[in-house]
Amino acid sequence: MEASPFLPTPQYARWRKWKSGAITGVLVACALAVIAPLFLVIYFLVARGSSSLDWNFFTQLPKPTGELGGGMANAIVGTVTLLTMAAAIGVPFGVFGGIYLAEYGSDRSNYWIRFAADVLNGVPSIVWGMVIYLILVVPFKGFSAYAGGIALGLMMVPLVMRTTEEVLVLVPQSYREAAMALGISRWKVITVIVVRTALKGIATGVIVALARIAGETAPLLFTALGNSFWSHNLKEPISALPLQIFAYGLSPYDDWHRQAWAGALVLMALILALNITVRILSRDRQSAP
Amino acid sequence: MTHYTEEMNRLKESMLNMASHAESAVTRAVRALVERDDLLAQAVMDDDNIIDQLEVDIDNLAMQLLTKAPVATDLRLTMVATKISQNLERIGDSAVTIARRSIELGTEPQLKPYVDIPRMATMSTEMLRDSITAFINREPEKARAVVPRDREVDNLNRQLHRELASFMVERPATISRCLNLMVISKCLERIADHATNVAEEVVYLYEAVDIRHSIRRSHED
Amino acid sequence: MASPAETVTTTAAAEPIRVSVAPVAAATAGLASEKEEIAFDVRNFNMWYGQRQALIDVTMRIAARKVTAIIGPSGCGKSTFIRALNRMHDMTPGTRLEGSVKHFGNDLYGPDVDATVVRRRVGMVFQKSNPFPTMSIADNVLVGLRLNGVHDRAVLQARLEECLRMAALWDEVKDLLHRPGTSLSGGQQQRLCIARSLAVQPDTILMDEPCSALDPIATTKIEELIQTLRDQYTVVIVTHNMQQAARCSDRTAFFYMGRLIEFDDTRKIFTSPTNPQTEAYVSGRFG
Repeated sequence: MEASPFLPTPQYARWRKWKSGAITGVLVACALAVIAPLFLVIYFLVARGSSSLDWNFFTQLPKPTGELGGGMANAIVGTVTLLTMAAAIGVPFGVFGGIYLAEYGSDRSNYWIRFAADVLNGVPSIVWGMVIYLILVVPFKGFSAYAGGIALGLMMVPLVMRTTEEVLVLVPQSYREAAMALGISRWKVITVIVVRTALKGIATGVIVALARIAGETAPLLFTALGNSFWSHNLKEPISALPLQIFAYGLSPYDDWHRQAWAGALVLMALILALNITVRILSRDRQSAP
Repeated sequence: MTHYTEEMNRLKESMLNMASHAESAVTRAVRALVERDDLLAQAVMDDDNIIDQLEVDIDNLAMQLLTKAPVATDLRLTMVATKISQNLERIGDSAVTIARRSIELGTEPQLKPYVDIPRMATMSTEMLRDSITAFINREPEKARAVVPRDREVDNLNRQLHRELASFMVERPATISRCLNLMVISKCLERIADHATNVAEEVVYLYEAVDIRHSIRRSHED
Repeated sequence: MASPAETVTTTAAAEPIRVSVAPVAAATAGLASEKEEIAFDVRNFNMWYGQRQALIDVTMRIAARKVTAIIGPSGCGKSTFIRALNRMHDMTPGTRLEGSVKHFGNDLYGPDVDATVVRRRVGMVFQKSNPFPTMSIADNVLVGLRLNGVHDRAVLQARLEECLRMAALWDEVKDLLHRPGTSLSGGQQQRLCIARSLAVQPDTILMDEPCSALDPIATTKIEELIQTLRDQYTVVIVTHNMQQAARCSDRTAFFYMGRLIEFDDTRKIFTSPTNPQTEAYVSGRFG
């Protein structure tokens, strides 16, 4: 019986199989190489930090130099405070900016606005810190939570703006047309129909931006400074997890080192939680027709 | 050319084919009468089933075309085809009647020379031929011109009836021959009517105007 | 005896068809007579997309409470024309127009005219049904009303049922009103979009190829719906499907290359069109 002309010769078939397997192996190894650092990070954080996670850690203030024990309660609260302030700036300006880019504006001006946003997204965070230092710390003669929150918020704006714009652009034009054809005014079309359709995407963008700035240390060095005690008002310097980790990590004390690991673990957990939220939100999203 | 256009053409060809058969049947039937040719008359009667089959074929073709939802001229052609085929089939039947009567007349000596009947036959067949020519050449005016000629044929028929009626009264021995001739005359008058119908359908096809019943034509007495 | 025909003439497109038009009875006179109310009075209307002229000197009078179909090959300007009737082109930059469009006597493009109000009076249904995905069926129908300030529960509920009934959808969805608008079948979605348009009480419904994405049964339902709408609403429907135009409409307009070629009673367009281009198009000889 003659072999079908479409089938390869046995030798060629074997070579093809081996080559296919080899390349698959290389690709799998590369993928593992990408994921591996995440597991390394988690491993080290958990190994070094989990033992220090106790009730004290979450409720007590840092002890003065030399004394053992204490916690990072104020840093955790501080991080949350700073993120809230940042969101208060980043979300409205970012989302409305994104709406402007997607729905209004001319092609020419939008091109430059986008360019500016993309450049800002690339500005090193320490530069942000230095600029806000000059604007909000020096004239007011003091570090403050305000400065920290504003710095983080300003960093959020271009990020949220671009992600919002991208999600809005994905909303099919047919919805805008259908809404306009009903005699609904333009801004209502945008807010009620378009933004509502893109809401999950916008929320995702905001959370991703929050996750990014949650770990920013450099801008806070120049603005919030850090605080060993509770801040009583926002004009005072405030503590934050990255700042505290930075301070403890550079210190010569073992006790502080282990607390730094714990702080890093908490910070990482926060970021992981934000990312998982994003995943859940994305999964629940209704599929667009 | 699309399949659809081919089918339209087939429809037209069938119509022309049928018209030629119908005209030929009339011409031959009258010739069979004049030449007292029974074989020819019989041939006319036998060939009528061709005409009948053509009517069925044309109707089937038209039905098939209707499923393709023709519009405008194509739609009018489909409708007109069925009407024309019906009229042509009736012409064929009238020719058969003429043939049958001519066979009967052949059993007795000829009454008188046939003048009016061949004249009516010529007029009717010319009316049919002109209608068909108007159809082929897209000349609705020519078709319109056919319609008034029906009156002449009607007049001839009436005149012949009167002559034959008085003949029958004077010479009762000729009654059966006169009656046959009256029937033949009537058939030719009806053939002219059908030819007129064909002409009216041609006008509708090309002008989208329905001229049926709008021009007064004389009816049978 | 010679056969009357040696060759058969064909009605190929190459040979122009001589149609001598005899005087037609008044009952079939094509254009809107003086006694009819005119929904859209379009005069010398021209429209450009940038440099390209999409509509050239269109003049026509669309009668009120009748169904007018617009047919023509792709790119002939029919969609452009229908969108000009409710100022949808305002959303597209780079469009320019000349000429006038009057809607029941009111200039549609006048200097103080609010396009949003225009669109409340002149609704539109699109080729691909587009119920809002984040809203339920009920919310979809009522969104136009709600965003125009109507909040009375009783009024909304009554209007919801009324519009869904008019769209022949009530029986199918009355127990599913909370389900998302996108959970319906294609044909149902399109009827939902029609109900949505009806809710804001327009006087005209424009339809841009509403059935081209639907199966024949759904199409038939929409066509039935158009017939029931006819008594109260002016309907203008753009369609690729000539049988649909022949079935549904009272008047038909044939557009070609941006111009209005012929506009007449549907019966006349499909049995004996005056213009040879129209005849060629409806007979399927180009398109």
